[in-house]
Amino acid sequence: MTTIADKPDAVIDLPEDAHQLTAKVRHAALDALPPGRLMPDRQPAYVASWIYVFGVVTVAALSVVIATGMVLAVFGPAWWHESPTGLFVNSLHLWSVEVFFFAMVVHLWGKFFMAAWRGRRRATWVTGVVSFVVSVGAAFTGYLSQQNFDSQWISTQAKDGINSTGAGAIFNVTNFGQMLMWHIVLLPLAVGVLVGGHILLVRRRGVVPPFAETAKKGRTDTAPADTAPPFEPVEAAPAGDRS
Amino acid sequence: MTTTADPPRSRKARRFNPDRDVEEWHGRYEPYDLIKEFLIALVVVVVLVVGLAAVFSSPDEKAVTLASWSRSDPVDFAQTAITELDGTSGTATYGPPYNSTSGSSQSIGPFSPESWVGVHIPIDTASTDVIGPLQTQRAPATQAALQSYQSASPAQQAQWLTAYEKAVADATAPGGTLRVPPGRYGPVGTMIGSLTAMAQSGALDTQLLSTHEFYGTDDTKPLLFVADGTYLADLAQNQHLSGDQWGMMNETGNYPGQAWLWLYTLWYQVPPMNSSSNGDLQVWAIMMVLTLGLALVPFIPGLRSIPRLSRVYRLIWRQHYRELAGGVRAVGAARGP
Repeated sequence: MTTIADKPDAVIDLPEDAHQLTAKVRHAALDALPPGRLMPDRQPAYVASWIYVFGVVTVAALSVVIATGMVLAVFGPAWWHESPTGLFVNSLHLWSVEVFFFAMVVHLWGKFFMAAWRGRRRATWVTGVVSFVVSVGAAFTGYLSQQNFDSQWISTQAKDGINSTGAGAIFNVTNFGQMLMWHIVLLPLAVGVLVGGHILLVRRRGVVPPFAETAKKGRTDTAPADTAPPFEPVEAAPAGDRS
Repeated sequence: MTTTADPPRSRKARRFNPDRDVEEWHGRYEPYDLIKEFLIALVVVVVLVVGLAAVFSSPDEKAVTLASWSRSDPVDFAQTAITELDGTSGTATYGPPYNSTSGSSQSIGPFSPESWVGVHIPIDTASTDVIGPLQTQRAPATQAALQSYQSASPAQQAQWLTAYEKAVADATAPGGTLRVPPGRYGPVGTMIGSLTAMAQSGALDTQLLSTHEFYGTDDTKPLLFVADGTYLADLAQNQHLSGDQWGMMNETGNYPGQAWLWLYTLWYQVPPMNSSSNGDLQVWAIMMVLTLGLALVPFIPGLRSIPRLSRVYRLIWRQHYRELAGGVRAVGAARGP
């Protein structure tokens, strides 16, 4: 018996119910991120600098942070205090966080000096900065969840700052159970969504081009271009094509 | 030449802004394997992290308990316990969210979110840290002292508390046993002595953690009690964790800690934040403004021009500009992605 799984093209060949929400969402997603833009195999020639590596290193380090955090979650919060293996996994978790932040800060300042928000990329910049801020919160709650002297001291000192904002009423840094939940559920989820959205925006808008130094000071352009940078092969236009 | 600019709100032509708009790339494209790049980065990170973990491990200084504190420094414990009972400890006078001590909330002018939110984690240190735990003790002397204290007038209680606070300042602990000089402090001496013994046995930790239920996950009460003493702060000072040691970004031992908090910590080192009673709120206000500014750089004229004016980008794209200068820009050479 032949099933639809044996003929994957069968689904595609079925008539479309374009009025469905599912169909509309699919069309919107494909319009925003067609496969060639989502996973391109070529980049503009100016994407040739070590600074571009730090974005992908940040994502790689985040992957290690999440993987080691999941191992720690499997065995519970007390495991790493009692087991040499647990201590090693905790060390992997700690050092991957350090690498993550180092790479992310270099990435952030690199993008700042590229003015990477240009060309309708402002949402990409904002999601990147917010990812950084939420990641600081995620790391902070990790330090609070260690159940050792560090977490005691950090929590009793940090409470003053957080209480002064009024947030201490609902975000009690001396409550281990609450901080652990924020650290392993809420904040990783937020970081994951933000970083995922950030990467999709990078793919949608492409990598920001260099400043055009040949442009004359004070030039003006009509700006009807409500389009993303081209992902399709583009033949270079003669200078001054539309200027 | 085409440009990618913000969509105009009207059909009126909009001026090209180099800090906001870009000229679309019409140059060549090069092969670039994103997945391969990620996998290589992952391998490098894993090797690096495994190496760092194997060589440096991670810090794990044991937590301070009420038991370990009262055994190591029973005098500091007793001196702290009396301030919890007479309502002069750091926690007792803290204000929101623990209690409503007048004038304790931080503010910047009329802006005082701490006082607006109010008390949400109520803690009465006398009953939480001293009287409540002592009520669980069966020793007749302890119960008699407690009965005597609770049935006395507030004025009498105040006299005893003042006398004990004065006496305990000269207390000693030979062999770990608390010795307080004699004075007219009535039952308070027995109460604090019993509480110290209870703490040394470990029973006070259990009592404060499991006030409401068997499975305690909230360390707020014992943590605040421990933090009211000088023992925890002295240990932190030795571990370079104090505020004036940039402790917020440090960790026990020689570990990098939360280095990304350097700017947050910096503000605590400079006037007026380093001496102001509203320093925490002032630092948070500064950091909120700076964080908001960083997120909104693309929208802030002047600030968003810094990258172009600094010309650091020429280092990042030096190959591109070198090609431009050499006139070797391969126009239309690419097949595209």
